[in-house]
Amino acid sequence: MFNSLILGAGFAAGDIIYQLVAFIILLALLKKFAWGPLMGIMKEREQHIANEIDAAEKNRKEAEAFLNEQRDEMKRVRQEAKAMLENQKQMADQKGQEMIEAARLESERLKEAATAEIKRERESAVASLREQVASLSVMIASKVVEKELDERAQKQLIDEYLDQAGDQK
Amino acid sequence: MEHHAPTHDFLGLTFNLSNVLMITIASAIVFILAVVATRSLAMRPTGLQNFIEWVMDFVKGLIGSTMDWKTGGRFLFLGMTLLMYIFVSNMLGLPFAISFNEELWWKSPTADPTITLTLATMVVVLTHYYGVKMKGPKEYGKGFISPLKFLFPFKLIEEFSNTLTLGLRLYGNIYAGEILLGLLAGLGASGFGGALGAFLPMLAWQGFSIFVGTIQAFIFTMLTMVYMAHKVADDH
Repeated sequence: MFNSLILGAGFAAGDIIYQLVAFIILLALLKKFAWGPLMGIMKEREQHIANEIDAAEKNRKEAEAFLNEQRDEMKRVRQEAKAMLENQKQMADQKGQEMIEAARLESERLKEAATAEIKRERESAVASLREQVASLSVMIASKVVEKELDERAQKQLIDEYLDQAGDQK
Repeated sequence: MEHHAPTHDFLGLTFNLSNVLMITIASAIVFILAVVATRSLAMRPTGLQNFIEWVMDFVKGLIGSTMDWKTGGRFLFLGMTLLMYIFVSNMLGLPFAISFNEELWWKSPTADPTITLTLATMVVVLTHYYGVKMKGPKEYGKGFISPLKFLFPFKLIEEFSNTLTLGLRLYGNIYAGEILLGLLAGLGASGFGGALGAFLPMLAWQGFSIFVGTIQAFIFTMLTMVYMAHKVADDH
């Protein structure tokens, strides 16, 4: 049973050659039909994954940049709005101030005008009063004098008086 | 159960026809398995493609553990073919053995020292070939006298012992497994009591043989890469 399987006994040189040739053929066939394509697809997958990772990384960076940009933009807009609001407020304040000032000036002007009017009225009143007092006193004086004058002198006086009144008119 | 090898002389060479048959069958099975597994390749692997990619990653790991990938990448196909061929060969002898006219036809091709030593010699010759090719004849020659000159005879012996151990380890494991399987089968066929007694050991030994066959295929490929690394790697 064993003698054919012990080294040297039943030595089959043909087996060696057959095994060698068979193995080399198997290797060549597998390389062409199995291992080659398999290696190809595995490499392709590796490449694909690497590409995907790269793309994802790129997308992430882009998104981050965009986010930063948006954030800056937001900040800028907010600042602008704030400045605008402030401006508006200032303008309103100024306008109010101006209106108050105008009203104050107007009232002052009115007051001054009224004061002037009053003064003028008073002056004219004083003037007319003085005139009346003067004529009254003349009239009283003439009444008093009338009694003591004679006819002639009285007549002369009246004439004089009338002349005076006519002149005055 | 006296078995002879069915030998045949052709062109002045002796052929063991059972070996020829089993080598052909093992090669065909490996080829069909590999082609079926890689027939519909997809970016998202399914079914057998997963398995074959696992094998490729496994052999990649073997190579990667002995040398860097730039040097060892070219041995990937060799490693995969060796692993699958030896594994299939080891498994072939497990389920049954067929003898015809007192001649043993169906067995593991790796249960024959001629076959295993052929594979081992082929591997060692390849290591020398790649050693010369990749490092140049001078560096290759230096490998025999480094680190010390007087180690030269030992290095020389090492080459032959490597070949012998690589081949005979595989042969011994598989042949022993088949012998015991044969004996158990003989016991089982001897009668009802024999069948009863042989059933459990048979079960255990079949399982163990599957384990041994797998391990031996792995060891053979692993050692191939180790010897290769010795010859082609600059510093290891």
